Amino acid sequence: MASGSAVDDSAVETSPSVGDEVKYTTCYMCACRCGIRVYLQDGKVRYIQGNPEHPVNGGVLCGKGSAGIMQHYSPARLQKPLKRVGPRGSGEFEAIEWDEALATATEWLGHIRRTDPKKLAFFTGRDQSQSLTGWWASQFGTPNYAAHGGFCSVNMAAGGLYTMGGAFWEFGEPDWERTRYFLMFGVAEDHDSNPIKKGLGTLKERGAKFVSVNPVKNGYSAIADEWVGIRPGTDGLFVMSLIHELLCAGRVDLQYLVRYTNAPWLVIHDPDGADDGLFARDDDGNPLAWDQKEGRLVNALEADITPALRGTYPLPDGRAAVPGFQHLAERYTDPRYAPDRTAETTGVPATVTRRIAAELAHAAFQEEIVLNVPWTDWAGRDHEQMIGRPVAMHAMRGISAHTNGFHTCRAIHILQILLGSVEVPGGFRYKAPFPRPIPPHQKPAGRDPRPETPLGGPPLGFPTGPEDLLVDEANRAVRIDKAYSWEAPLASHGLMHMVITNAWKGDPYPIDTLFLFMANMAWNSSMNTGGVIDMLTDTNPETGEYRIPRIIYSDAYYSEMVAYADLVLPDTTYLERWDCISLLDRPIAEADGPADAIRQPVVEPDRDVRPFQTVLLDLGARLGLPGMVNDDGSPRYPGGYPDYMANHERGPGIGPLAGWRGEDGRQHGRGAPNPDQLQRYIDNQGFWQHTLAPGQRFYKFANKHYLEFATAMGFLGRPEPMVFQLYSEVLQKFRNAANGHGPVQPPDSERERIATHFDPLPVWTPPLEEQAVDTGLYPFHALTQRPMMMYHSWGSQNSWLRQILTRNHLYLHHEQAESLGVGDEDWVWIESPHGRVKAPVRVVEGVNPDTVWTWNAIGKRAGAWRLSHDAPENRQAFLLNHLISELLPPRGDGYRLSNSDPVTGQAAWFDVRVRLRPAEASEYGWSEPRYTPLGEPPDMPEVPDVSRFGAAFRQRKGNG
Amino acid sequence: MTSLPQNETPRKLGLVIDLDICVGCNACVTNCKEWNTGGHSAPLTDLHPYGRDVDGVWFNRVHTFEAGSGRDHRVVHFPKSCLHCETPQCVTVCPTGASYKREEDGIVLVHHDWCIGCKLCAWACPYGAREFDEDAGVMKKCTLCIDRIYNENLNDADRRPACVITCPAGARHFGDLGDPNSAVSRLVAERGGYDLMPELGTQPTNKYLPPRPRRDHAEATGAPDLLEHLDEEDQPGGFLGWVDRLLSR
Repeated sequence: MASGSAVDDSAVETSPSVGDEVKYTTCYMCACRCGIRVYLQDGKVRYIQGNPEHPVNGGVLCGKGSAGIMQHYSPARLQKPLKRVGPRGSGEFEAIEWDEALATATEWLGHIRRTDPKKLAFFTGRDQSQSLTGWWASQFGTPNYAAHGGFCSVNMAAGGLYTMGGAFWEFGEPDWERTRYFLMFGVAEDHDSNPIKKGLGTLKERGAKFVSVNPVKNGYSAIADEWVGIRPGTDGLFVMSLIHELLCAGRVDLQYLVRYTNAPWLVIHDPDGADDGLFARDDDGNPLAWDQKEGRLVNALEADITPALRGTYPLPDGRAAVPGFQHLAERYTDPRYAPDRTAETTGVPATVTRRIAAELAHAAFQEEIVLNVPWTDWAGRDHEQMIGRPVAMHAMRGISAHTNGFHTCRAIHILQILLGSVEVPGGFRYKAPFPRPIPPHQKPAGRDPRPETPLGGPPLGFPTGPEDLLVDEANRAVRIDKAYSWEAPLASHGLMHMVITNAWKGDPYPIDTLFLFMANMAWNSSMNTGGVIDMLTDTNPETGEYRIPRIIYSDAYYSEMVAYADLVLPDTTYLERWDCISLLDRPIAEADGPADAIRQPVVEPDRDVRPFQTVLLDLGARLGLPGMVNDDGSPRYPGGYPDYMANHERGPGIGPLAGWRGEDGRQHGRGAPNPDQLQRYIDNQGFWQHTLAPGQRFYKFANKHYLEFATAMGFLGRPEPMVFQLYSEVLQKFRNAANGHGPVQPPDSERERIATHFDPLPVWTPPLEEQAVDTGLYPFHALTQRPMMMYHSWGSQNSWLRQILTRNHLYLHHEQAESLGVGDEDWVWIESPHGRVKAPVRVVEGVNPDTVWTWNAIGKRAGAWRLSHDAPENRQAFLLNHLISELLPPRGDGYRLSNSDPVTGQAAWFDVRVRLRPAEASEYGWSEPRYTPLGEPPDMPEVPDVSRFGAAFRQRKGNG
Repeated sequence: MTSLPQNETPRKLGLVIDLDICVGCNACVTNCKEWNTGGHSAPLTDLHPYGRDVDGVWFNRVHTFEAGSGRDHRVVHFPKSCLHCETPQCVTVCPTGASYKREEDGIVLVHHDWCIGCKLCAWACPYGAREFDEDAGVMKKCTLCIDRIYNENLNDADRRPACVITCPAGARHFGDLGDPNSAVSRLVAERGGYDLMPELGTQPTNKYLPPRPRRDHAEATGAPDLLEHLDEEDQPGGFLGWVDRLLSR
């Protein structure tokens, strides 16, 4: 028993070593890509901390990133290349050497390339090296390439790129330091994870108002000043009501609209003409405006004009034209957008909509910010001040993942633009290389794939009219996912969610090999998971062969998808690899300047695994792909991915990394490859960053000195301003085609759909599934949310993260729970027109009453991820994916369109409608559907029953 | 049982946790785990880490719950770890002196070699902040990262608890709550920081900052309730007459 106050405290070692070595690299625990400092001790990872100097996270690190150690040491890490020896899905594999694995892949792929390269479908999931993988597909000669964007947030990207040359997250961010009012719509936590958390903390300290529009009150919504619990899929209508209020009150920034947008551009009025609704142009193709002072038509791109925003003006050919702004104003001042009229559909009371509109206008105009920072506009005119409208917005998957998402994204951007708040102090700010031309100039390549021939350009791009579609002479899709066909004309990121279904159906054609990287398509990354599993294992009764004949898969972990592959190429963990976070890809720049970064191996693999990008370059060399071999046929990048990162040039002087280029390492952006480049990154803690001069930091779309900088860096082809496209001529071109004009027209079956959804101004239509099902029979919307401590399916193999969330519940509003007679831990059947799932309930208040929700990707299939078969993830947790079909119900002609946005092909995860039925007491305790457990590959490491990770670090200090 | 320091400790090191901006991301939870599993109390053992009954030692946990209803409804993310009380019942109940409060800074620690695993401290702590390591048979708890905050191998900015340096929202602060002029004390004063369950007389050092008043009504931002719509008939030019200003590019 102790006595007195003096305790022997000498055993407390207050200055222990924190490791033998510190290395800097980039996190990969989600898509945010924060800088990390990794402390190593005895060759083991001791501690991972956010890098205080890094532009993305500035020292902080989230719950996922801080658990990276357990991801790196996961027992689910694959050990060696695998060849399938049992039936697909059995998990029966034989370990093989890399030589055999690469020879097998080369043989399969070489045959395809020599005969019909489109029979390779190469889809790369949550890939952070898309500028490499897309180039590889292009050099191989297959148009069938995309990453996961089509089932993630392509609506957000495309809606922004077609409206203002940028969007949220990687494209731009709120001016956290200055904004007074922040409006956030349905967000995916792993998109811009730490910057948003940091930003919200900053906003609240500053006393700015934060409004969260989201059916679910959790995460960020929990700390909002105001939570707007909107009905899913109606955000577009809510935004249009806000626009209605602003327009009816005359509270928009007309000066901004005249200077920076196409509001004054004249739109041809000729209802029967082939160019109805297109912009009137002069002989040089310049859009026309009506100069109010001169009383004549002028080139709308000229600087010193005084253009009209309304009125009807004669064109030289005698036809009439009106400014695009008039179309916009007429549409949204219509009483059908009045808050009283939209309230029932959105669930947002009219008083709330009116007040938020008033608050937006108040913040934008009454709380105007003036920065005394001189700058020069695109026309060379000097300005002494920067005028800020301190309203900022952010949106992500809650908006994207609906069939009306593209138009909702456009509506949000148009709301920002009407307030004059884009790229001004206090508003939304671009991150270089954005803004880009609207849309970016690259067109999708691959209309006519040929053997042993690279595509004429990248597989993904931005059509500006029907002539850019990838359709054959019979008007059928060229791509296996039907991207850039009449089903998804502005696909932009492809439709990964349709690849397996289409390949299984042989529609538009059968493929030979499905090559996937890091995409768990046999489980949580697919709609209709059960159906997809059946398709992956279905055989042709005549030949006995699988309908999808060959599957190659690369993953670092034993995910559900691995069990369905014929050949498995094991990848490394993120701490064992090189990577580049490239400006050619998905950048990590900041509003004050461009940045890029690397990953470097901080530990060596202890298994027979290779980083996927190095394997891909090796395969490219073995296949003799142009750009991947020298003239003598030897590999161009024998040093693998780091060799490519330093030495590949996409254009003259433009490579994957922008920093320290040129032989002496003194050039940035453009410059010859520098043999010392990667060391310079390592010396600079793994990243490169350039800070713009104060006069370049705002109005980047029309800022002379920024535009010149961006051109010198290779971000832009020419230092020309970007003019925001409120009224979209691109969309109108498709509509005209649907109405029977032009050489490229949709098949009759698609005309009405194209004419309806290719509206040049944002339009709100109920989600397509809602239009097709009896919503009285299926009264609830069902959503998933991303837990902040999980990245898709990855977190459950992590012994720390899974302790925070081993099982998920169906969250249900208390009024609905009462009427159904269910309470916490009761089990219900969730039934959609497509399928049913059994799940346990949690009753809450913080949810839209017509909505049920759960956490994404907690449910696992037994056998995968090395969890015990009786783990809660396998027994009680569940996926909503089983309820969601990748196809819409059959239409009149029997054809089933994909369950996707008709403009972009974005997967409509959040359109699903369900009903609930209490389960019988005898059915309590386990989720359904259930699948037979997967077998296990050979030579996987032992799964410990006790983890004493860290004990060795302390023992070394002699305190054990 | 074990005695407390006879005099008030000259410093009262502790945490200030801002419930206005905690989004419940669990960064503090896992960063604490990764530092401390190799730190003073190593390891923070996990039993059945990949099994059904996974159960680990954690010094910090976030509890998420709903409170209130209607306009007063809140979703609360509540991080909780040892509060380093001034009169810690976990110490006074300890039969061996393993549990103690440091004289110099008020941190409550466990001397693991002296702990007999009787768990009296866990019963005594009203906050449930004690963590028993079944595998090691000893009680473990938040050390306020005592192996970071004085660590001469770290630079000044890093001499803070792991949960504080990693918090993305900036919801966690560390400092001397015994010094009324410290940044943390001033924050507590400005924001009305409060003790958890003060009626128990434990005098926790850690403080919680309550949510700021929600700006969810018109007066809160200075904006009107709604925008007055323009009357078409009063405008020269009629509908959209207000856009007829002469605006040059």
